[in-house]
Amino acid sequence: MKVRYKAGSKAEWQEAFATSAKRDDGIETSTISGIPVKPLYTSEDLDDGEEELPGEFPYTRGVHPTGYRGRLWTMRQFSGFSTAVETNRRYHYLLKNGQTGLSVAFDMPTLMGQDSDAPTSRGEVGHCGVAVDSLADMETLFEGIPVGEITTSMTINSPAAILLAMYLAVAEKQGVAFNQVGGTLQNDILKEYIAQKEYIFPPEPSMRLVVDSIQYCAAEVPKWNTVSISGYHIREAGSTAAQELAFTLADGFAYVDACLERGMKIDDFAPRLSFFFDAHIDFFEEIAKFRAARRIWARHLRERYGAQDPRSWKLRFHTQTAGVSLTAQQPELNIARTALEALSAVLGGTNSLHTNAMDEVLALPTDKTARIALRTQQLIAYETGAASTIDPLGGSYFVEALTQEMEDQAEAYFKKIDAIGGVIPAIERGFFQKEIADAAYRYQSELESKRRIMVGVNEFEVEDEDELEILRIDRSKEQGQVERVREVRARRDSARWSKTMTQLGKAANSTDNLMPYILDAVRAYATEGEIMGKLVEAWGLYTEEAVI
Amino acid sequence: MPTADGHLARVLADFRAGKVRGLARAITLVERRDPLTRQLFEALGPPAKSPLVIGLTGSPGTGKSTLGDAIVALSRKAGLSVAVLAVDPNSPFTGGAVFGDRIRMQRHALDPGVYIRSMGARGHLGGLSVASREAVRLLAAYGFDLIILETVGVGQSELEVAGIADTTVVVMAPGLGDGVQMIKAGIMEIADIFVVNKADLPGYERTMQEIRSMQNMGPKLAWKPPIVATVAARGEGVAELKQAVERHQAHLAASGEGKERRRRRLEEEAADLVAEWSRVAARKLVQEDPKLRRRLENEQAPYGVAEAILKEQGARLVPGVSSKEKPK
Amino acid sequence: MPLRIVMAKVGLDGHDRGVKVVARALRDAGFEVIYTGLRQTPEMVVDAAIQEDAQVIGLSLHSGAHMTLIPAVVDELKRKGAEDIMVFGGGIIPEEDIVELKRLGVAEIFPPGSGLQQIVDFLRERFPEEAAAPA
Repeated sequence: MKVRYKAGSKAEWQEAFATSAKRDDGIETSTISGIPVKPLYTSEDLDDGEEELPGEFPYTRGVHPTGYRGRLWTMRQFSGFSTAVETNRRYHYLLKNGQTGLSVAFDMPTLMGQDSDAPTSRGEVGHCGVAVDSLADMETLFEGIPVGEITTSMTINSPAAILLAMYLAVAEKQGVAFNQVGGTLQNDILKEYIAQKEYIFPPEPSMRLVVDSIQYCAAEVPKWNTVSISGYHIREAGSTAAQELAFTLADGFAYVDACLERGMKIDDFAPRLSFFFDAHIDFFEEIAKFRAARRIWARHLRERYGAQDPRSWKLRFHTQTAGVSLTAQQPELNIARTALEALSAVLGGTNSLHTNAMDEVLALPTDKTARIALRTQQLIAYETGAASTIDPLGGSYFVEALTQEMEDQAEAYFKKIDAIGGVIPAIERGFFQKEIADAAYRYQSELESKRRIMVGVNEFEVEDEDELEILRIDRSKEQGQVERVREVRARRDSARWSKTMTQLGKAANSTDNLMPYILDAVRAYATEGEIMGKLVEAWGLYTEEAVI
Repeated sequence: MPTADGHLARVLADFRAGKVRGLARAITLVERRDPLTRQLFEALGPPAKSPLVIGLTGSPGTGKSTLGDAIVALSRKAGLSVAVLAVDPNSPFTGGAVFGDRIRMQRHALDPGVYIRSMGARGHLGGLSVASREAVRLLAAYGFDLIILETVGVGQSELEVAGIADTTVVVMAPGLGDGVQMIKAGIMEIADIFVVNKADLPGYERTMQEIRSMQNMGPKLAWKPPIVATVAARGEGVAELKQAVERHQAHLAASGEGKERRRRRLEEEAADLVAEWSRVAARKLVQEDPKLRRRLENEQAPYGVAEAILKEQGARLVPGVSSKEKPK
Repeated sequence: MPLRIVMAKVGLDGHDRGVKVVARALRDAGFEVIYTGLRQTPEMVVDAAIQEDAQVIGLSLHSGAHMTLIPAVVDELKRKGAEDIMVFGGGIIPEEDIVELKRLGVAEIFPPGSGLQQIVDFLRERFPEEAAAPA
């Protein structure tokens, strides 16, 4: 890169900087992930590569030539609570308020593949999301919502195939052909072993189920995004930005490998893999991470896997602002944090976005706080001008240098993971878990020693805080849901149910694609817990190696 | 605060009534080297039966807890009650520790026939073997059929612990490259049985081969430690391991080595106790007696003082409570 | 002998960042932490604490089921005659629920944003003998 400043002026600046008084507050100047940053970046920090344009390989500047001039990001607020009836009401409210896609949050028992009346579901039903036990609940959840006209994202992993089957069964009942159904399934089991720990089966059969769903959708539900390969949970578990980037992309490559091993062709499934990242509070680092992600994925898919279809090269991603950056203290500040994080996602070229509500560290959002969160995105889209120019920070000395740094760190991690033998052996060795736990502990120690500041937590506290009005989940709803699932079991055609369950059990022990079997069981109103139970019979349960 | 005797009486009552709490608290007494320990054992008397004690040792990542879990499962099926004593190192700097051995054994969490206890190898010389030996004796007195003693094979502790087990199982896994480390640590010598766990991973043949060639380099022994391949996570090979343990037990009985080991163990235990008692008492003596301190200062060598303490103090090195004051 | 603490995740959520960070901090403060892992039922936690002869149980949960599961641990301790074992907790727990949990016998709740030192100090104050700072 050609240096354009006057001869000698850089040395003058260095001298001026070195001799001037500087802040002496002991606060870290490295990024929140610990990457050292210089006080100044100049053209010397850029490499000599060719200048890149948006929509052009390797897509550092975005996958669309039009950026947000063509189409804004999808404002997709993740929500769900209590029963299907109440969540359905919230969905109607959000769609009326300008939200452009739905995103379903399920409760813990649903995420863990168990029914609302299981003993260990006690106290958890409808708390973190909506309880869905059977097709009957899914029908209620989308009552009056034409599933052919919206896209739906479902955050679910171990039992993802079952919830997808339920959604498809709802489409069927609404008369919508499978090839018209669009949406996203999280379905990313690898990051469960790495970070979120909502695994049920051992890694191998889990991967088989994921590949089954990818293969099924490639043939039958072509508009469905089959896996949302997620860094969000890795980051929230305490990783650095570079770890989030590296581990997530490594997971992505592992899914690609697994599909290829199944005999699929790369361009038949890669375009439907999408990503999900965290937007944390360290503004520039996050922007660099998003830009690096696109570049790395494109290079690996084209060069390493030989994908021909440019859609396979293009990394599309959803972003959620960082839940861990929010504070219970002075929670109104969370609106500001979220706005900054959301802006970083937009400047990084996100394809869809969830902004957290200010009270999410305390409870699920109320109607009001959920609306403020959505309005924050609208404010960025329509007031700030951030959407008018494509990749507005492209060419920034600092952002470009950080983008390169992110890519380098990710590549170094790929080498380490390969040396261990791949993602699954690294999981079994506790490699990721250890890296994340170390990073989390380092960050917490920095907070303790005030080398990092969290406003309102370890600095700038207030004595008496006003209590925020929070959403209370009506605990009596749990009993209602328990009765509902029992009623479904009592009412259904038991002969049909029993037949589908037997077939599913057999299929689990064969190499057949399980999706059609699961779909049949779902249509017969088999509950989620029953279907998972059948699979556990065949595959067993997983417990992790403890890594502290 | 309850009196020491009151505490001991309650612990004993709970212990004899078969309450887990009594056992757990008794183990705490031996673990913290409480002066009540001797009274505790004298009150309990010799154990009615002697359970099988299996030592399991291996580097982190070999899956030794998973193997322990699989042995527990198999033994429970056979109706045996099982205690697991998991010994892990403490931080040398703070003395703290995080023990994670229970995680692998969650499926036995609510089984009244299984007791799991985590214990810190606190790094005090000899203390670990005395404490874990006494803990094993308590578990025997409580009536367990099988006791599994798990240690991490990274330091001295597993060598000490090997002296406690009837059969010591050394666990290895492919790809960890720990073969050489194990020779250095003297682990090869303590193994009665080798397990190559995670035998479904590539490289397991090589690990088997490594062990075989190391065995061939060593002296010819009356008992050649067998090598068992397992996939503990799926319970595979565990029955074969059990058979190997049984064969080793038969060998110990037939060759008389079992008897010999038990005799040696008791001798070791007595010597360890002498060391522990006199160390504690001697430290105190030196701190409190200006004459001894002066002598050390003058001589700049410990021998004279050590001899004087042993000769002159003799019986007074034995800790406080006399055996006559047995609690009711 | 160091203070012994059973740390457990009760409830179905798998968010173990908090519990692991606290476990490390307690280790570094010289305590012995027995980490029992994810998805523990109240019965499992209490059995573990009794078997391990722990003086303290630390619970972490983020699923919102705290008003069901934390009191269940306290009740189970009473049922097993082990109410001398102290219970503290942490996680997303609103102020109003903290008051109620303390009324039910929970020693302390550390909501998000609590400092690690705060937790260590709290335990040292409650257990001055076992939890003295290492020399």
